[in-house]
Formats: sequence, C-alpha cells, structure tokens
Amino acid sequence: MTQAHAPTPAPSPAKPDSPRAASRRRMAEQLPDATLIKWLRDMFLIREFENRTAQAYQQARIGGFCHLYTGQEAVAVGTINALQPDDPIVHAYRDHGHALARGMDPRACMAEMFGRASGCAKGKGGSMHMFDKPHWFFGGHGIVGAQTPLGTGLAFAAKYECEVLGKSLPNPGVLDGQPPKKKVALAFLGDGALNQGALHEAMNLAGLYSIPVIYIVENNGYSMGTAIHRGTTMAHDLMAKARAYGIEGRVIDGFDVMELYDHFKPLVDACREEQRPAFVDLKTYRYLGHSMSDPQKYRTKDEVDQFKAKDSIDCMAAYLMGERVDAAGKPSLSQDQFQEMQEEVRALVRDSVEFAENSPVPDPAELYSDVFVNPQPNLSPTAEYVKGARNPLL
Amino acid sequence: MPRTPMMIEKGLTLVDAINEALYQELERDPRVVLLGEDVGLNGGVFRVTEGLQKVFGADRVVDTPLAESGIMGTAIGLAMAGMRPIPEIQFEGFLGPAYDQLCNHAARYRTRTRGAVTIPLTVRVPWGGGIHAPELHSDSPEAIYAHTPGLKVVCPSTPSDAKGLLLSAIRDPDPVVFFEPKRVYRSYREQVPEGDYTIPIGQAKVVQEGSDITVITWGANVFQCLEALDKLPDDVSVELIDLRTIYPIDTDTIIQSVQKTGRCVVVQEAPKTLGMASELATIIQEHCFLYLKAPVQRVAGFDTVMPYYKLELDYLPDAKRIVETIGLTMAY
Repeated sequence: MTQAHAPTPAPSPAKPDSPRAASRRRMAEQLPDATLIKWLRDMFLIREFENRTAQAYQQARIGGFCHLYTGQEAVAVGTINALQPDDPIVHAYRDHGHALARGMDPRACMAEMFGRASGCAKGKGGSMHMFDKPHWFFGGHGIVGAQTPLGTGLAFAAKYECEVLGKSLPNPGVLDGQPPKKKVALAFLGDGALNQGALHEAMNLAGLYSIPVIYIVENNGYSMGTAIHRGTTMAHDLMAKARAYGIEGRVIDGFDVMELYDHFKPLVDACREEQRPAFVDLKTYRYLGHSMSDPQKYRTKDEVDQFKAKDSIDCMAAYLMGERVDAAGKPSLSQDQFQEMQEEVRALVRDSVEFAENSPVPDPAELYSDVFVNPQPNLSPTAEYVKGARNPLL
Repeated sequence: MPRTPMMIEKGLTLVDAINEALYQELERDPRVVLLGEDVGLNGGVFRVTEGLQKVFGADRVVDTPLAESGIMGTAIGLAMAGMRPIPEIQFEGFLGPAYDQLCNHAARYRTRTRGAVTIPLTVRVPWGGGIHAPELHSDSPEAIYAHTPGLKVVCPSTPSDAKGLLLSAIRDPDPVVFFEPKRVYRSYREQVPEGDYTIPIGQAKVVQEGSDITVITWGANVFQCLEALDKLPDDVSVELIDLRTIYPIDTDTIIQSVQKTGRCVVVQEAPKTLGMASELATIIQEHCFLYLKAPVQRVAGFDTVMPYYKLELDYLPDAKRIVETIGLTMAY
C-alpha cells in the first residue's frame, strides 16, 4: 500500500508565516546586550552540556536512555525567555535543554542523569524525567504525547485561579500562594506526538474552553526514525491540525533565536492577555540520533550538514560579534569576551560532571520513599530488603 | 533473517531467535503483517525486526505513526478480518496508551460476539528491567494482562523457547501478549533448532529436577535463579520451573512439583503485591495444602515505581535474595 501523501523532500530550512524582512528582529534587537549575550551563553551551555553528557554516556557513567538536544538549542532558549518565570512548562523526554534554559542548576541536571542522590529527582528519574518545581518546570515525560494534557491542566488551573477563585476570594493562591495572575503554559512536544490521541484530546479541550496553553511542536523532522511525512498527514501544513480544534497556529523557524523570539513573544502575550490556546510548528533539527543507540539509517549526512550550516549558536555569535555594533562601531561581544564565556561555560559543565560523579548514589531506602505522601511501611510488604539483606529499619 | 556464520557457530540470541521466527512465519503465511514504530526501515527499537522490511516489503512490515492506541486498534481490526497481525509496542510502559484497545477490545471480542469474531493477534512487547533503563522502560506488568480475561500472556526466557512460543502465539486463534525479557535479549546465546517448531502455550518447563524445594520463575529471573542454585549447598535439591506462559497457568506442572517437594519459592521482578507470585501461592495452597512443609515464599520487586539504574539492582531480585529465601524456607 502506498501512502496517500506523496513523500515531500527531506526537511529544509523553513519559511516562517510572516517574514518581516525590513523590521526583522525588531523586538529581540531592542533587548539589551546583556540579555542577548545571556541567550548565546545559555545555548552554548546546552550544547556543551549535551557534549559532556554524550561523553559520559559513552563511558557508561550515565545509564538508561539518553536523548540529546544538540541542534535545537534556540528553541528552548527563544521560547522560554518569552515567558514569565512562573508560567508552567511540560516537556517530553528530550528535556535537558529546557531544564537548563529554565534555570535548573546544571549540577542537579547532570547528577540526575548519573543517578545520584543530588539529582533534581534524587537520582530516581534520570534523563527523561527532569523536574524542577520551583522553576515551574513540570517535567520531562517518557510516554510520547502524554505530557500534552498535563500542560493543558496546568493552564486550566491558572485560568481557574484567575477567573473563578479570584473573583470569590481575595488571595486564594491555589498553586503557589501568590495572588492569581494571567498565565500561559507551554506544552512542548515532538512531531511524533502529533499522532498520539492524547494531544488531540487535549487540544480539543483547550479549544473548547479557551485554555491558555501553547502546544509547541519541536518539529525536527523525525519521530525517532520516521520522517514526518511518513508518520503524519498534512505534514506540509500542520496548522490544519490546530484549525480543527479552533486553535490559532503559527509556523516559526527555530534556528535564529532572535527571529524565533520575535514571532513567539507576541503570541505568548496574546495568549496570556486573551487567555486562549495556540499551536506552533517550530521548525528545528537534531544533529544527533534520536537516542544514543540510533543507527540513523533514515537520513543522510548531507542533510545533517545542511542544517549545521545555519547553526543557531554560530549565527547568534556572528551577530553579536559582527553585525550588532554600538554608535562607535564596537560589536556587542568581542572575540575575547566570547572566548571567556565559552571557558566559563566549559568550567561550569565540567564542574557539573565532577559534582555528579562525586555525589553519592541514592540510599536503597529511597526505593520506597515518596511512593505515598504518608509512608505506611507496616501496611506495605515492600520494605523487606535493603541491598539484598533484610531491612534493619523494620 | 538467514543465520550468519557467527550465529551458526555460537548460537542465537533472543533477538536472533525472535527475528528468525518472524522471518519464517512471514514466509509461510501471507496473512502475517508486522506493524509498529520504526519496525521497518530502522529494524525496531531493539533491532528485533532488522532486515525484515527489505525482504518482505513495506506492505508486510509496516512503519506506523508514533501512536500506540492506533497501532493496537488497527492490528485488532486486521485480526478481526482474519489477518495475523503482529504489532510491536516498543516498551511495556507504552502499553498504557494502547491499554484500552487491548483490554477493552481484543480481549473481549470473542465473548462479546458470542464466538462470531476472534482476534488472532500477537502483541510483541520488550519487557522487564535490568538494562539500566528508567521506569516505563523497565516495568513488569504481566499480572495486569494475565488478570484480563481473554488474553494469553507469554514470557519466554531462552532463545529456543522464544522461537517455539512465538510461532505458537502467531498461530493461536486468540490474542497473545508476548513479553520479551530485554535483559536476555543479547546476553545469552544457545543453539536453536533451525526448522519450524512450536512450543505449546500454557506449558511450563522443568529446567532442573529436584526433590526438596520448588522454585518457580519466568523471564530474565530464570538466570538469577540458576545463579542462586549454583550458590546453594549441594544437599539442597531444587526443582526449578520456568513458567514460560504466564496465562493460562500450567497448574499441573506446579502442583505435581510442589506435591513432591513440599516447599516453594516464587521469584518475580514485578512489585510484590498482587503479582503472579500471589496467584501461584494461592493455587499451591488450594491444591497442595497437606503437602506443604513451609509457607510459600515470594522473592519480588518492591511496591514502588521501578527505580533509575543506580538502584535497579537493589530492586530486582538477585541470587543473594533467592538463596536467602530458599534457606529460610528449607529451615522453616
């Protein structure tokens, strides 16, 4: 049986919905140097972090499965920086970059992957399960698409707090004890998740009740080894899926972090103000395999190189060190400063690896901690053994 | 795929044996269709279906969208029409999204249609822990599906058993959930008969005969039990039973053995409460009460979420725990 939709060519650089040639980078350009330099640094941090992660994985110091974000850095940095710090985020399993962009301590992130007690989830979650509640980062998730209804629920709660509780109570603070305010939740997903029922059920609900959640499809062209046009209908126009639920959709290029911000920030602001959902087809590309054990038979090296040629970090660095100059013609970032930044980040990541390596593994007693809020060891037969011997605590 | 010189010399892994069974059945029966995420071009997440799409074509080894409910439901539809679909669900945790289709449709259709519609479906699912994977990628949910009337549940531990049981499962007129222990996938080789053979579903295997105590297990834990047996004093004679089929349970083999030995330890990876071990212990007390010299003991995972890899070996039953429990049961 042949597929109804003729295969489209391999992914190629995207055309955003409304290119604004003249006023391009209008919003992002007006941000202070320090902000833009921070974005570059954060993207570089993610890149470096993933390099070190790959290394540690190959040396078998990280176990389990590991999905690297290399190539997609601009997406996490550009979108998350358009948010308020207390806007909730959910994500799938390629989640290290988002956690770092949201402000998670690289030490906690690395230690989690090393399975150490000092990890963000006490070393019990691993690469796919980064959680950072103080930063409103509600986790990586291992089941494709299953996080999207959670993002919808987080947004629902914020809207409920504003519109229902806010009217009847002076300061209900159901979520964090803070006064209610208009929020937007980001639900990140991959293009593979487009085909999961959970996403469609969530989008329908969000459309129906006008819930302020933005579904961000990090469209890197492949769900694991399946090219998008081989896995989903209307791959050339994903907006059709959003339209079906009455949700505004936009295509945004995910390579140029400033252009991404220019397109994304107004959408976040509108969804916050109007308390409504949106859907973004964010065109990006992962340089590495789906996971660390991906033979990558489904794409060519040429295709990968084509995307590497417009690398987000290279472009941003070139802009800050060349195109962007002050009145005296001095670039916002000097070669030396860039060098210094790279050194700082490399040291930070090295430190996170050392920290992880030197952290203790979780105590075996952690096996049965946090299963319930109130542990009931006497009612549970779980706590019999520690390290193969009977648990001395009982 | 045809055997390589290495496979001929050193034997087949579990992955090789399952691949061979699929190859042979695709060749034998045109109604057989494989479907799942990346099973074709990429050869499957564990490379179990490697090479099959090239030989049998994309119509019979179908790469599907990433959507377990859709994969399972479509496979059930194929089966209703008389095909022999074999969906692959990449990890046992991903059965979650497909649960509705599997348990509320596949399992019940024969009863619901009073015998008019049958579902000859074989769901292949990598199962269990021991490969350093996190939760949802290391779970052991066999009891959930054994508890679902209308489903057969198989969990082989060796390449030879896997091939024979998979061929039985595919030819079985009812839905079979075929759990493949990931921990064994590439860690054990043995010579596997080359031709077509089946091992009946519902038949346990006595791995080693003994007279003092019966140890029952399945999946990867067979290997931990063998390791434990090596560490036991020579004067303890253990009868080791590999259940192979989780449901229907081979009660005859179990009852015969425990009536002979009078003692039993059941070893499972799954959390302790209401696992298969609980059911086996109940069957034993129903049928062997007056033969028992000691209470039936369970060596199991804990009632907790499967932990990430640094605690994995603290969770999974190991030889030490098995030896200790056998010792306690012998000394009761």
